[in-house]
Amino acid sequence: MSALATTRIVGTPVPRKEGVEKLLGRACYVDDMERKGMWFGATVRSAIPRGFIRSIAFDRRIDWSEFAVVTAADIPGENCIQLIVADQPCLADGKVNHCEEPIVLLAHTDKHKLREAAGAVQIEYDPLPPVFTIEESERQDPIVWGSDNIIKSFLMEKGDVDSAWAGAAHIVEGEYRTGAQEHLYIENNGIIAEYSAEGGVTVWGSLQCPYYVFKSLRAVFDLPEDKVRVIQTETGGAFGGKEDYPSILACHAALLAMKSGHPVKMVYDRIEDLAATTKRHPSRVRHRTALDSHGRLLAMELDLNTDGGAYSTLSATVLSRATLHSTGPYLCPNVRVRSRSWATNTVPYGAFRGFGAPQAIFAMELHMDEIAKAIGVDPVELRRRNFMHQGDTNATEQLMREPVIMDQLLDRALAESDYYARRARFARENPDSAVKRGLGIAAFYHGSGFTGSGEVYLNSLAGVDVTAEGQVRVLVSNTEFGQGTNTILTQIAAEALGIDYSDVAMAAPDTSLIPNSGPTVASRTSMVVGRLIERASLQLIDHLRQRAGLGASYSREEFFAACERYRAAHGEVSSLCRYEAPPGIHWDDQKYRGEAYPGYAWSIHVAQVAVDTVTYSAEVEEFWAVQEVGRVLHPVLAAGQIEGGIAQGIGYALYEKVVWQDGRMANNQMTNYIMPTAEDVPPIHVYFEEIPFRYGGFGAKGIGELPHDGPAPAILNAIRDATGIAFCAIPLLPENLFAGLVANQPVEEPAVS
Amino acid sequence: MSLKGKSKTGARWPTIRFTVNGESRAVEAPPMKRLLDVLREDLHLTGTKEGCGEGECGSCSVRMNGELVNSCLVPVLQAEGAEIQTVEGLALNGALHRLQEAFLQCGGAQCGICTPGMLMAAAQLLEINPHPDLAEIREGLAGNLCRCTGFMRIFESVVAAASEQTAEPSAEEAHHAR
Repeated sequence: MSALATTRIVGTPVPRKEGVEKLLGRACYVDDMERKGMWFGATVRSAIPRGFIRSIAFDRRIDWSEFAVVTAADIPGENCIQLIVADQPCLADGKVNHCEEPIVLLAHTDKHKLREAAGAVQIEYDPLPPVFTIEESERQDPIVWGSDNIIKSFLMEKGDVDSAWAGAAHIVEGEYRTGAQEHLYIENNGIIAEYSAEGGVTVWGSLQCPYYVFKSLRAVFDLPEDKVRVIQTETGGAFGGKEDYPSILACHAALLAMKSGHPVKMVYDRIEDLAATTKRHPSRVRHRTALDSHGRLLAMELDLNTDGGAYSTLSATVLSRATLHSTGPYLCPNVRVRSRSWATNTVPYGAFRGFGAPQAIFAMELHMDEIAKAIGVDPVELRRRNFMHQGDTNATEQLMREPVIMDQLLDRALAESDYYARRARFARENPDSAVKRGLGIAAFYHGSGFTGSGEVYLNSLAGVDVTAEGQVRVLVSNTEFGQGTNTILTQIAAEALGIDYSDVAMAAPDTSLIPNSGPTVASRTSMVVGRLIERASLQLIDHLRQRAGLGASYSREEFFAACERYRAAHGEVSSLCRYEAPPGIHWDDQKYRGEAYPGYAWSIHVAQVAVDTVTYSAEVEEFWAVQEVGRVLHPVLAAGQIEGGIAQGIGYALYEKVVWQDGRMANNQMTNYIMPTAEDVPPIHVYFEEIPFRYGGFGAKGIGELPHDGPAPAILNAIRDATGIAFCAIPLLPENLFAGLVANQPVEEPAVS
Repeated sequence: MSLKGKSKTGARWPTIRFTVNGESRAVEAPPMKRLLDVLREDLHLTGTKEGCGEGECGSCSVRMNGELVNSCLVPVLQAEGAEIQTVEGLALNGALHRLQEAFLQCGGAQCGICTPGMLMAAAQLLEINPHPDLAEIREGLAGNLCRCTGFMRIFESVVAAASEQTAEPSAEEAHHAR
């Protein structure tokens, strides 16, 4: 209804809500804050990947009476971070399972004394054999987690795969691998904590999910709800990297605050942040696909594996999203996907923009080009023959009720990129040039919101209120970390309330003030929370009409006057709404079947890549992204999301390699972990096709993660187009290009007479 | 801070004098203390950010004697007598600098943590080259990492600010920066 209506504020490029503060340098990030009497904290970490802690000794050259020292023995509650499975200790107790696992915490009034003190804590170990890769973990010897090293497994089945092979015209196989990736938010993780016996724990910090941190603090300190308070400070980038990790850091800072009797600040430097915090799960996906003689998919069988690291963190749900996105936006009657997340003795892998989907889509979209080559069909045409349409079902047999316009998105991408003319030009130019150019495509969809029944379990509560001072506030636990939460939610409230954008502010992201509207993850803010704010706003108008005499049409002055009449007669002017699933949504956890997501965003990426066969560098020269994300709430922010995600995806494909050495990240500096700079990103062309989604906030679906799904496969497909060589793993660095191009150098063919 | 004003042996630290955003300042600090920390801790100018501490990310960029420097790599003794400009010195009398206005309109800031350094790099670029082309903008900002925007809207912001100074906004130019 409202999704299709003309809007005054939604869809317009209003200035970012907190933009002026950020531009003036006044926005307050955690490291910009001080508390009276504040001390500083540091972490002593495991030097080995796996083993028993034999002893912890404190060198006498340090005057330890000046320090607060915390070990697992100081934890008043449960020594466990609260995520999906209760396996990760807050501080290692007797045993370590990865390098950099926290063991001892130190605090001192002078931060410059901490480094020497941390070096004077001597920990001796009895090492145990570690495993570092999916392959080593699969051998199940040694067992490093649970009874079989398997953190989670899924089986997704549709139709009858086994009967499909016999009738296939073609069977095509492939194996695809992705590496770890660092979030590389420019602001490192940081927390300030205070503790008092009467007041409990208060933390301020750089984080995505205040109520996740809240839950872990309650468990670690064994405190009731009213004794724990979490306040998000301005957050300098997150990308999933501040979804799970801040729970650990908040507990650490709060333990030191309790022990020292002072507020304690813990802000990691870049070296510690890169070495010790989560990264994107590495993956290995094997595809076996049956096709008929027309190039239509008959059966897909996948073996999908991720490296979960030492503790389970969010690996189960990351694996689920990977599984659900692993067969792409294609119609296939018979599907079997077996997926497993394997424990290894590395830093736990965690949430990262896309949450498993980029790994699965990388494999699917490279495999589509492998199939195209194997059966002699144009890669564009192969995709077009197999796209899902409205009325089809995907691999979980979810009926596509809403419009699916992949053909239209593909046509637009081909037209905007002048795809066929460019390919023809490259075919002419490449033979006589050391620089080979190619175009590559990726087609994909991305589910918005929590997987399966997740949104129902979250049971989010959100709303709006009007303070006695006449300030309209959005009440959510969803946080701003650059993506535009503050702006889009205040746009939605102002639109629905019929007042100005400048009339609406965000309530402080403080668990003592705001309801739990769920975590800020999974591309759920605009669709799920946006819809809640729209409903709550309309409900408030309804209340004001029925109980405070607000007219059918009203000015903003009349709105505020009605609020004051309401307050005088009924008290608080506030309206909250709880999540309601769209009708017809059903997910069966046991059978892993049903409506996996309430809504999907759809996209086509086209990459133009130049491969220099002298220097073995690959450069993305131009990039096109066409997408359908429902209603675009803010054109500038939306395009910014797409462009930023694509830049991260380019890094994922061609630049960003986590180098492992005995379970430790060896290149934990910005000097040698390389992300794309202003000189590396190509012109990125962004196009939206808008189909308002009736169950999203003013018609919006999710957008934040979508753009990270496509760049890596589009780029590697372009490199294949340019060179004729199929590279199947990322990151693809010059040395990998060199190895592939040299190994596949064409042997001079004998002249044909 | 315990170190402030005195060394470990109790001797006073030297007084270092310089100008920040047009104001004369004097600090007593260890001579090797990073300019970044002096700005943030001693002068409470927290707009300048630390991202990497090794001169790679540019978040701590400030202008010193007309040059762009990474303040995490400058010992404060080198700032003796210098003229320094930080993000706090860009806006004049409450009015946003044209770069700040352009970043706001064009979406050049997302999470905001690289923004102060990026603004200083852009201000430096426009002072040297009031009408940079896209390649010059890319080069001028290459020492400042942004993980959010993919840089497109930052380029657009700089183009918009550059055309603002001629009072001749060029939509054409802005379009090509995309």
